[in-house]
Amino acid sequence: MLGRSLREPDFETKSWLRRRMSCPPPVLKLISASPFIHYTKCRGQSLGDLDGIPIAVKDNFSTSGIETTCASNMLKGYIPPYNATVVQKLLDQGALLMGKTNLDEFAMGSGSTDGVFGPVKNPWSYSKQYREKRKQNPHSENEDSDWLITGGSSGGSAAAVSAFTCYAALGSDTGGSTRNPAAHCGLVGFKPSYGLVSRHGLIPLVNSMDVPGILTRCVDDAAIVLGALAGPDPRDSTTVHEPINKPFMLPSLADVSKLCIGIPKEYLVPELSSEVQSLWSKAADLFESEGAKVIEVSLPHTSYSIVCYHVLCTSEVASNMARFDGLQYGHRCDIDVSTEAMYAATRREGFNDVVRGRILSGNFFLLKENYENYFVKAQKVRRLIANDFVNAFNSGVDVLLTPTTLSEAVPYLEFIKEDNRTRSAQDDIFTQAVNMAGLPAVSIPVALSNQGLPIGLQFIGRAFCDQQLLTVAKWFEKQVQFPVIQLQELMDDCSAVLENEKLASVSLKQ
Amino acid sequence: MAAPMLRWGCRGRRWAFARVDGGSCHRRGAPTGSTSNQIRGESSVAQQPLHTAQKTRKGEHKWAAVVGLEIHAQISSNSKLFSGSQVRFSAPPNSLVSFFDASLPGTLPVLNRRCVEAAVMTGLALNCHINKKSLFDRKHYFYADLPAGYQITQQRLPIAVNGSLIYGVCAGKKQSQVIPKTVRIKQIQLEQDSGKSLHDNLRSQTLIDLNRAGVGLLEVVLEPDMSCGEEAATAVRELQLILQALGTSQANMAEGQLRVDANISVHHPGEPLGVRTEVKNLNSIRFLAKAIDYEIQRQINELENGGEILNETRSFHHKLGCTMSMRDKEGKQDYRFMPEPNLPPLVLYDATSLPAGADPQQVINIDQIRETLPELPSVTREKLVQQYGMLLEHSFTLLNEVGLLEFFQNVIKETRAEPKKVTSWVLNTFLGYLKQQNLAVSESPVTPSALAELLDLLDSRTISSSAAKQVMDVKNRNPRAINKLIGLVRKATQSRADPVMIKEILEKKLSL
Repeated sequence: MLGRSLREPDFETKSWLRRRMSCPPPVLKLISASPFIHYTKCRGQSLGDLDGIPIAVKDNFSTSGIETTCASNMLKGYIPPYNATVVQKLLDQGALLMGKTNLDEFAMGSGSTDGVFGPVKNPWSYSKQYREKRKQNPHSENEDSDWLITGGSSGGSAAAVSAFTCYAALGSDTGGSTRNPAAHCGLVGFKPSYGLVSRHGLIPLVNSMDVPGILTRCVDDAAIVLGALAGPDPRDSTTVHEPINKPFMLPSLADVSKLCIGIPKEYLVPELSSEVQSLWSKAADLFESEGAKVIEVSLPHTSYSIVCYHVLCTSEVASNMARFDGLQYGHRCDIDVSTEAMYAATRREGFNDVVRGRILSGNFFLLKENYENYFVKAQKVRRLIANDFVNAFNSGVDVLLTPTTLSEAVPYLEFIKEDNRTRSAQDDIFTQAVNMAGLPAVSIPVALSNQGLPIGLQFIGRAFCDQQLLTVAKWFEKQVQFPVIQLQELMDDCSAVLENEKLASVSLKQ
Repeated sequence: MAAPMLRWGCRGRRWAFARVDGGSCHRRGAPTGSTSNQIRGESSVAQQPLHTAQKTRKGEHKWAAVVGLEIHAQISSNSKLFSGSQVRFSAPPNSLVSFFDASLPGTLPVLNRRCVEAAVMTGLALNCHINKKSLFDRKHYFYADLPAGYQITQQRLPIAVNGSLIYGVCAGKKQSQVIPKTVRIKQIQLEQDSGKSLHDNLRSQTLIDLNRAGVGLLEVVLEPDMSCGEEAATAVRELQLILQALGTSQANMAEGQLRVDANISVHHPGEPLGVRTEVKNLNSIRFLAKAIDYEIQRQINELENGGEILNETRSFHHKLGCTMSMRDKEGKQDYRFMPEPNLPPLVLYDATSLPAGADPQQVINIDQIRETLPELPSVTREKLVQQYGMLLEHSFTLLNEVGLLEFFQNVIKETRAEPKKVTSWVLNTFLGYLKQQNLAVSESPVTPSALAELLDLLDSRTISSSAAKQVMDVKNRNPRAINKLIGLVRKATQSRADPVMIKEILEKKLSL
């Protein structure tokens, strides 16, 4: 049932996979070694739950012997000597690493537009669903000039899964970086509880908020990957010690009458698009009509979370980036007049504006005279935000239901009209408080917008109740039956592979 | 922006370049030399309390000096504080460096249990309160021997606080009285050591060796309760003995396992404390005392000449016998302390708070450690006094000299002479000779057995006291004594024997 192992793929699947591998560089940096070499080594024995399953990994995870850049000049050519724990776990289960995916530089951004390899294009830009809607509106003939962003910062991973180049991809989530692109690309984007999955080898943005994220086309796939990844890691002192029950099986909920869904009222903001709001309402109604209790809850400190996040994030960034000086690894400038001059030039050349801006902000907040007023204050506010969630869950709520993003994906040209910081502040609004509180959350694709683009909704669960959260999400996914992306080429080649247009995805389960 | 400095308030003249012993040593600018830590800024020692140690000096006013110490002791452990790479002295450069030590992105710190135990043991031995919860912080500055751009330390809440160290200062006419003094221990914290940088001025390059980067350190902060070089040196010596007795650090200053920074200021008794300077990286007990006394005198001279003391860092140059300013830039460092997010709070337990069914590998029980503490030097000295009836100051000498206690105990084992006799011979004759010849106990030509035998002969009145001394002289290869023997043999052979041959035979017989 789980992890059907692809021993010797048939001709059709092989050529299909080969075509998918010719993905444009901005999405996927392909591993040179052919994944099919792996098959000959298999000798017919299943390696694990993910045996033979192609996966992609965001380029801020360390991969042994494979360049890891974080989409930054600072790490161009950097080849780590070790695998991140999550990467190792996937490989141990037999997964095939297809490539490292593009991102915003050092995972700072909400569009996947600010990396040195260029922006990531949302595969939905080329979908039949979107193109048909656009033909109805008289726009410019140049079809490619208004392609859409994927969201970020794990945009490359989202595009890779969305375009069928792999079954699952690892992202990272610090303020919504997995859930945001998942919503824009019509995918399941899962953020586990902080401490459930090891961060060893994940090049950090904010150590106290980062988690590895999982992007898949359906909830069951996400659960399988989580089962492979979850568990304590002696190399990461922030993972919790309790062993995880494996395998990570999701029951199929028969009914939701025992469930209590919470709707946080502060999340109804004026910037929320009417389409998303409408879907959010419909989702709440759906639960209610199926017997669940749906109540309004309050998370009173929501409005402070963006500012609080800004202080804590930039402070940790300033600290985490201090190691990039060109001395041990990575980019080093040509100046060798003095150590200080070398450091300064290396860091100026290696980091983009976004990274440098955050470092400067962070250093400001950490100055002795500012520390109490900014950093410590932000920590206190963080505690209040986390307590908001605790109170909501203590009032009997099992799961919170919120939007993931303010609207559907926007065109790149429109996105770049505002700077990175402004965009991040806007786009992280529903996702970022979850990272402050360390809770599990998942974005589920719900329906297409009037423009034919995906819209997702977010479920937030109690700490370490990831399984329960995914169970609810799975039930919801079954109800909404989100359509498969219709990529012209794909449909022509693979009608044989896809049994049914209405399938939510090409699932790992058979 | 920086914290306001205590100024002495002298108007008028600025730097008066006063002549001091050993030539004029006041010089600004970057020092030459190879030690690291050159651009480290202010320390994190708290403000000094009002203290009025008396120190009478010649001159119109009395001056009081106030000395505090920050001592870094390398923890004796197999691996480093946060990573599994080995701890070894004098290994080939960059051969003991893990991914974490090299600050490879994505690596995380994992706390070493042995280092925590060492900290608890040391804290208990120094009468500290052990904090059941302590925290780790990042201290940021850029330097080539600090790969991550920050050091992991314990600034907010260290592992042990509020202890005391009792040390004995020799005083009295013949330095034969031991006066016990106490210095308060402000705190003990765990932190990482940095790598080593070697400046190659010839080729205009700096070579970095990260073998030491990440090695566990215990920083022991001594409050400014000391008043001169001798007190500081004695306190450090006692701390060394304690650490060695515990096994938590080998505390060998020459090998860099124990490094001391001194904070020194002077003031008139009854008046507020003066501006302090920090003298860094003193790597022998002798230089420590010298440097502190020099600095005290320098400050006094400076102030008596109407100058002012700058709150700065200075290094001691032992060849010149003076301290020199290390500052090469204005302003103080802001270390931008931040909690270390990758390490949860360190929680320790005692017998009452230990959770039931806890994995012993994962918890540390303070009470258990207290019960298994090795014998401390103060107890050893007490026992010596009780057991052998020696004076307290004798016991101090026995412990202060490396290897002497073991020597003494071995002699006691093998001889039937009275302990008091043994004490006298070991401390006076034996030690006296070693000092004269500038030898360590381990280099002594006289073995414990030999001395034991000699004392037995003395005890049975087979030989006289003066004869015994002569034998010692011979055994210690005192040329005059040997020549005397040769002379005696020649006499006995009526000047017929060849002196060279006599010497050879004698040396063989005496197994010299």
